[in-house]
Amino acid sequence: MMYALPGRRVILALFLVFLLLPIYWLVNMSFKTNVEITSTMTLWPQQPTLANYRVIFTDPSWYSGYINSLSYVLINTLLSITFALPAAYAFSRYRFLGDKHLFFWLLSNRMAPAAVFALPFFNLYSAIGLFDTPWAVALAHCLFNIPLAVWILEGFISGVPREIDETAFLDGYSFPRFFVKILMPLVASGIGVAAFFCFMFSWVELLLARTLTSVNAKPIAATMTRTVSAAGMDWGVLAAAGVLTIVPGAIVIWYVRNYIARGFALGRV
Amino acid sequence: MEKIPNQKAWLLVLPVFALVAFSAVIPLMTVVNYSVQDTFGNNKFFWNGVGWYQELLDPTTELGGRFFASLWRNLAFSAIVLSIEIPLGIVVALAMPREGWGVAFSLVVLALPLLIPWNVVGTIWQIFGRSDIGLLGWTLNRVGFDYNYVANPLDAWLTIIVMDVWHWSSLVALLCYAGLKSIPEAYYQAASIDGASRWAVFKAIQLPKMRHVLVIAALLRFMDSFMIYTEPFVVTGGGPGNSTTFISIELVKLALGQFDLGKAAAMSMVYMLIIIIVCWVFFTVMTNAGQDRTAAGGEP
Repeated sequence: MMYALPGRRVILALFLVFLLLPIYWLVNMSFKTNVEITSTMTLWPQQPTLANYRVIFTDPSWYSGYINSLSYVLINTLLSITFALPAAYAFSRYRFLGDKHLFFWLLSNRMAPAAVFALPFFNLYSAIGLFDTPWAVALAHCLFNIPLAVWILEGFISGVPREIDETAFLDGYSFPRFFVKILMPLVASGIGVAAFFCFMFSWVELLLARTLTSVNAKPIAATMTRTVSAAGMDWGVLAAAGVLTIVPGAIVIWYVRNYIARGFALGRV
Repeated sequence: MEKIPNQKAWLLVLPVFALVAFSAVIPLMTVVNYSVQDTFGNNKFFWNGVGWYQELLDPTTELGGRFFASLWRNLAFSAIVLSIEIPLGIVVALAMPREGWGVAFSLVVLALPLLIPWNVVGTIWQIFGRSDIGLLGWTLNRVGFDYNYVANPLDAWLTIIVMDVWHWSSLVALLCYAGLKSIPEAYYQAASIDGASRWAVFKAIQLPKMRHVLVIAALLRFMDSFMIYTEPFVVTGGGPGNSTTFISIELVKLALGQFDLGKAAAMSMVYMLIIIIVCWVFFTVMTNAGQDRTAAGGEP
């Protein structure tokens, strides 16, 4: 191969080990008993146990956290894509009053620190009675996910030639029918990429998710911090819970692995 | 592509506009509202004008001192992680295999840290760095370093920087990799016919092709490192002392901890303004760079 970086295998291998080592340590701990964790330093579990995972799967206060997290992430992804698609089409095809300002304003919301919005969101969603429901978190996450989805989808829709729209309209397609039957299949990979990013940013965010929920819709990440500090340090269960939060992400990555590189460039390479 | 002027396009944008306005403008108005008022409690507010802003921007007051200290700390943090992650990301992208099973494997491993919830990232490093149960802390102490991120500010900073490099370098690497993939093989063949050195290929072909994605990477990394909250909060809680208290941590302390709404709101406004100005500069530079290339007849 031409122009390869010298020693590239070593560099890449070292970096991947650096990435995997802390994750391995978490997985390793999740299969140990608390006694083994605190008393000895072992590179792999001497007496592997599934007890930590059993705690999580049998205790509703643990596993409901996963259901809550997944439900607001899914609601948010659906909302973001549904709302962002027509807007992305408009930004990609038409010029209209204030379009550039609107686009920058949308993007500026992606830049708003969650810490700024935590308290006002708490007030707002308490006032309209959505506090402690998945909807509150899903709507709050729209703040940064919709702008991102619009941005990604705009890139992909701009890659579809306008002749296709015009032909469809000449063939007598109505706008909604054209949108669903022709445009959406054409930008399917873009929709996948945008959904992946919405999933990702909603799944990893905690500050807003924790502020907007208390009991019924508490996300798994918040369950982790609270239960552990209340019950003393149950390292094994903490590690097992951490491993389980990595699993959905890992599954999603596996399915989109061929689009990852292009997706991270937001369809603009 | 030439865009057609059409005011009806507003109808397509309206749902997004309404939804984002609902979740951005109403809360923002609340913040503006708080930032110009003071309270004696019991939900009774009175007008305070720019009082909070004056106090905030005066480094001699208690509030101003805290704000500027966390601002410099955060700027230093952003500068350090950007100067590590961008070169590291480029190197890793250049080191990626071109084909075979190694590509899929490397991509999946690279993307893995990006999909871990941020507090779990914190938990992973909190455990990993502990000298009693963590591999890193235990090894360092065994080798003879007196490493303790809970007590020593320098160790706390190192831990948080390494954690951020671990967490986000992959993003830069993946973006650069996408940029490199778009270079046609013919460019390299031409370069080898000309007898170009590896450095010349990097400078003349690979770096220009990556420029666009590098700007996106720098923009995203600046924004997110400037807003960082969860990871350092879990690992160090802002300590030891205040040594790792970044702006978001200070802000949440002020707003949700002390309930100093006026001060917190004024701080929020200045904080957001800084981010938006920096991003606007970035954004303008990025769009102009794109136009330059199109005008010069290059590929868009």
